[in-house]
This record gives sequence, structure tokens and C-alpha cells, in this order.
Amino acid sequence: MTGTPTAQRMAEAPPARRVTLAGVLRQPLLGPLAALIIAIVVFSIITDSFLRPQNLSLILQQSVVIGILAVGQTLIILTGGIDLSIGAVAVLGTIVMARTNDASGSFLALLVVLVLCALIGAVNGGLVTSLRLPPFIVTLGTFTILYATTQLVAGSATYQVPDGPLTVLGETFRIGGFVTTYGVVAMVLVYAVAWYALSQTAGGKHVYAVGGSPEAARLSGIRSNRVLMSVYVLTGVIAAIAAWAALGRIPNADPNAYQNANLETITAVVIGGTSLFGGRGSVLGTLVGTLIVGVLRNGLTQAGVDNLYQNIATGVLVIAAVALDQLARRRNR
Amino acid sequence: MSLQLSGPSSAGRRRSLFAGVLVVALVTTIACGGSDDAGSSVTSAASAATSAAGSAASSAAGGATSSAPDPDAGAGVTIGLITKTDSNPFFVSMRETAQARAEAQGAELVALAGEFDGDNEGQVSAIENLVSQGVDGILITPNSSTGILNAIEQARDQGILVIALDTATDPEDAVDATFATDNTKAGELQGQWVKATLGDTSPKVLMLDGTPGGTVDTFRHDGFLAGMGLTNDSPEILGMENTNGDQTKAQTAMENLLQRAPDANALYTINEPAAAGGYQAIESAGLTDQITIGSIDGSCTGVQNVADGIIGATVMQFPSRMAEQGVDAVIAFAADGTKPSGFNDTGSQLITDQPVDGVESEDTTWGAENCWG
Repeated sequence: MTGTPTAQRMAEAPPARRVTLAGVLRQPLLGPLAALIIAIVVFSIITDSFLRPQNLSLILQQSVVIGILAVGQTLIILTGGIDLSIGAVAVLGTIVMARTNDASGSFLALLVVLVLCALIGAVNGGLVTSLRLPPFIVTLGTFTILYATTQLVAGSATYQVPDGPLTVLGETFRIGGFVTTYGVVAMVLVYAVAWYALSQTAGGKHVYAVGGSPEAARLSGIRSNRVLMSVYVLTGVIAAIAAWAALGRIPNADPNAYQNANLETITAVVIGGTSLFGGRGSVLGTLVGTLIVGVLRNGLTQAGVDNLYQNIATGVLVIAAVALDQLARRRNR
Repeated sequence: MSLQLSGPSSAGRRRSLFAGVLVVALVTTIACGGSDDAGSSVTSAASAATSAAGSAASSAAGGATSSAPDPDAGAGVTIGLITKTDSNPFFVSMRETAQARAEAQGAELVALAGEFDGDNEGQVSAIENLVSQGVDGILITPNSSTGILNAIEQARDQGILVIALDTATDPEDAVDATFATDNTKAGELQGQWVKATLGDTSPKVLMLDGTPGGTVDTFRHDGFLAGMGLTNDSPEILGMENTNGDQTKAQTAMENLLQRAPDANALYTINEPAAAGGYQAIESAGLTDQITIGSIDGSCTGVQNVADGIIGATVMQFPSRMAEQGVDAVIAFAADGTKPSGFNDTGSQLITDQPVDGVESEDTTWGAENCWG
């Protein structure tokens, strides 16, 4: 990695010598993590029900689908792109999974959807790399196409999925007094693999390099198109896993589900401190961002706060997080 | 809630204070000192709270149709209300009435909603969070009549009363009771009025439907045809289009239908926005004298359109009754375990200034006093 000093410096923040504003800003994970802890402490104080194990388990279960999708979104945003189609890919996945399951069994259903979602990712990646179209436009187009395709495939109907391999991620198990689902385990695994790949492998460094400075990456011999293509295909695979988890959570494939998933994943990524300009951030931040949104929604409900105020709180957090990112970029110059 | 210091009347203010404090805390943490921005955002949250409280109070004054409730009946009772979205005036009316009704009896109401029309996952999470909080009852207008069933079952297993408002679940007995408009009857009223207004003229009907497959849409559509004495295969029907109940889509659909059937003389509409869109197209085609428009909803805009002659007649629904009866049912359940059951029609009323023999109706003056939104 000697060829990409800039990207590496941006990706791995140096340890702060003393606590200064600039130092804190260079630790992108610190702000979101502190916000999460404060939210948990505040809700624990003002409500009796928040800190119960079953309630904490609930927040994790509610975060699974968006949390998994947000890993794919993080990968794409790290390359300087954005994926508006990610939720639509997963929803098409749930419909195809349910219908294939009815026709030819669950293992074929999982395989078909895995391949299908990877292919859709490849189409997004192909349009971005070969035609040099902006990812925003490409995925806006595929989002619209996929939404309509999903309605056509579903015939505007919903499909109940019988208990079986397709709903296994919704099944619960117990660790001590803590009951949780296999979907939560799947989410943790996806994050662990993505964290390892991004921070410990050469391929991961290339993702940061392509997003941080495409020109520098090219000059240092990184084949940007190959990196971008793998990121988009991987995101498709992640969407397939999210589709599986979605059927575990609600065993009912619904063509109208997750219409806001693209925005919710971007919210999680941004609150988690990943820069929308690419090259800076981490999946761990995204996990924290996902949990902050889940904790806010759950905790504010426990405190008896209506929906609209919950949305105001989330919106304020997004703007604060992006403002922070802008501030950090200016200071880094 | 461990910080419950004073009586329930200050619940709203305290809640928004919590929200404000929390948002400030989070923003300052994230922004590390960006306190100016945080301050202004809290101000806006607080003023939003004030205006919400104001409109709730005014709607309580305007829409109080039932007997004055006992001010202490609901002390300590918590009720969750989950609407399809939080932007549609129908659900806003429902929410504000429920809020006022709960407050009048000392109960606490938590209003949640799906993020968009059709958002099942958001409603499932809302139910789970309300169950976790330990509410006594949940009132829900389900976005998905089937996708929501598991979550409802879990809530009922915890001993929580679950009531469907406006839209039934499938099967209907998945909830303890349903408080909703009898949409077949509402459709029938619209059909009977249109038929009587046409008199001896042979009907040539166009239909602006809602969403394909929706139960409410099917009930209204079939009810209208029954009221007209027609079936889906009748040659008197010259065309049908789906509008999703959206004014813009309805206008486009009606423009296209009139190209095909310029001699139509009757128009069925799924709701008042569809009627308004249909009227735009009819007016552009210069056919306002030829076509009789019927509709369903009873919003204040719709009633005004009836008064202005844009819509011939509309069938009013009563979201405030759904909300009031739902809140009262939960409070009664919390007191002595009484559970409501089955389908409960919250009523429908034909509103028109051109009454016909054989169909009971009220005029637009009555309509303006009882409309919602």
C-alpha cells in the first residue's frame, strides 16, 4: 500500500495526542458512538421499559434489514458513489424468493435470488464503470425499473412465506436471559466480514483509495473499474442476504415494502460518520448509525413521543452528521 | 416513566421537552460544540408541539359528537394509535380526535404511523415498541391486511386489546374488533344517488377506482355497482381506470377515458381527490352539464366541492368516530376487561344539495359542520 499514502492517511485516522476539536473530528467513530451511549443512558433514565433485555433485543431485530443493507451502502459510498436501488433490489429479492419457494423449494429460491441480486449489482456497476454514468443517476434509473418490475412479478399481491429455511433468520434463540434471532447473528456476521475485508485486506484499501482520489488510485496502479465492479456486485449479494433476513422478520413478501430503505441506509451511513464524498468512514460507524436510528425510534416511543418528533430527531442528526463531515474536510485541507 | 411528576395534562409539554433535551444532547455530542444550530432546532420542535396541541384542541371543540367523557376514567391508561401515514388529512383528523378524547379522560395516547402508504414494516416495529412499552390497547389502520397479522397476534398474546380502525385485517377476527366505515354501504349510497339523479336516462358509467386489489376499493366499487343495479360485466360501464386515489392520476385517467367515451353521463370516484381530478378533465372537455359525479370521503374540501357543484354528491365517513370509539373501548377494557368485538360500522352519510327520493341525505351546510380535515 505504499502507492496510496493519501488514501491511507484519510482512512486510518492518527491517534489524537490530546483531546482537541480537530482531534475528535479525525476520529469519525467517536461522535456517533458517544451519541449512541448518551441516547441509551437518557432513555434508561426517562423510561422504565427501555433497558429491559427483551426491549434491547427488539431494537436489534428491528435494525437487521436496514443494518445489513447499510453495509452495501457503505461500500458504495466509500467509493464516492451512492445506491438508490439497494432497497428495491432486496424487495424484488423477497418476491422472487417467495414465488420460487412456492414453485420449486427454498434452497433453489435462495440460490436464484443470490444470483439475481448479484446480477443487478453487476448491471449497476457496469453502467457506472463502462458508460461513466454518475451512480446517482444509474441507481435512480434501476430503482424505478426495479420497483415496477417488482409490482409486475408480484402481480400487486403479497405472498405469505411458510415456516422453513426462508424464515429461519426470524427464529429466536437464547443466550442467558437474552432472546434474539438468527437474523441479528447474520447482521453481526455481515458487519464482521465487511470490517475485516475493508480494514485488513488489500482489496479493502483499494476501495478507500478509489473513493478518496480516483486519479491517485489510477496512477498507483489500482484498477478502479475492477474495484467498483466488485463493490456493486457485492452490494447485490448483501441485498440478497437482506431479502432473506426480511422474510425472517416478516414472513410476508410485499412489493410495497421498504420503499424508503435507500434513504434509511444513507441515513445510517451518514450518521455513522462515513463521508458522502467517498474515501472516509467505516462499517462500524454504519452499525452505530443504524443502532442510533433504531434506539431513537424505540426509545422515543417508550417515552410516549409521537412519530413526527421521532422523524425530526432523525433529520436533525443527519444534518448534524453531514455538517460535522464538512467541518472535518475543511480542517483536513 | 420515572419522571412522571405532575398530572397528565402536562404530558404533551413534558414529552416534547424530553425530545428537545435528547436532540440537543445528541446534536451537541456529534457536533462537539455546534450549539447554535442545536438551539434553533429545539425552538422549531417546541413550536411544532404548540401548534399541534392547538389544532388538537380546536378539532376537539368542533368534532365532539359523543357524550362528555368522565375526566378520570382513563387515568394511568396508555393507548397506542398507528395510522397508515401521518400526512393524510383523514389520519390527521383521526389522530387529533384520539389525542383530545384520550386527554379528556386523563389517558395518554402515543401516535405512530407508517413512513409511507403501504409501509408494513414500520407498523410492525411500531406495534413491537408499543408492546414493549406496555400499552393497554393499540388502535391500528393497517397498511397491509395480512403482513401485520403476526405482530398483532404477539400484542394480543401479551393481553393487549387490538382494534382495527378504518381498514379491516384479513381475516377480520385477527383483531378484537374493527371500527370502520361499511364501505359496501357507502358505495351503495353513491350508486343509488347517481341512479336516481339520472332518472329515466340510460346510464353510461365511467369509474375512477383506487388501488387494484385493495379491500376498501373493492367494497366501494362493488357497492356502487349494486346501488346502480349493475355488475362488472354490464354494457352500461364504458370504462374503468385505477387512480390510487390521487388527483393528478385521476385527471389523466379521466382525460383518457373521455377520449374513448365522450358520451358518458355518470362518474364513480373512489374518493374526493379522484373526483376533483375527474372534474378537471370533464371541465376541459366542456362536459360538466352532461356528467353526474358521485364520490366518497366527507372531507371539508370535498363537501365544499359539493356545495360548489363540482361533485354532485359525496358519502361522508367519520374518522373522528372511529378514533373516539377506539379510545373509549381501550379505556373501558383497562377498567374492567370489557372487550368490543366484531365489525362496528361508524356510519356513512350522503351529502348533497340535490336530494333524491328514496335516498336519505343531508345538505352541504350540515356537511360543512361535520366534515373532517
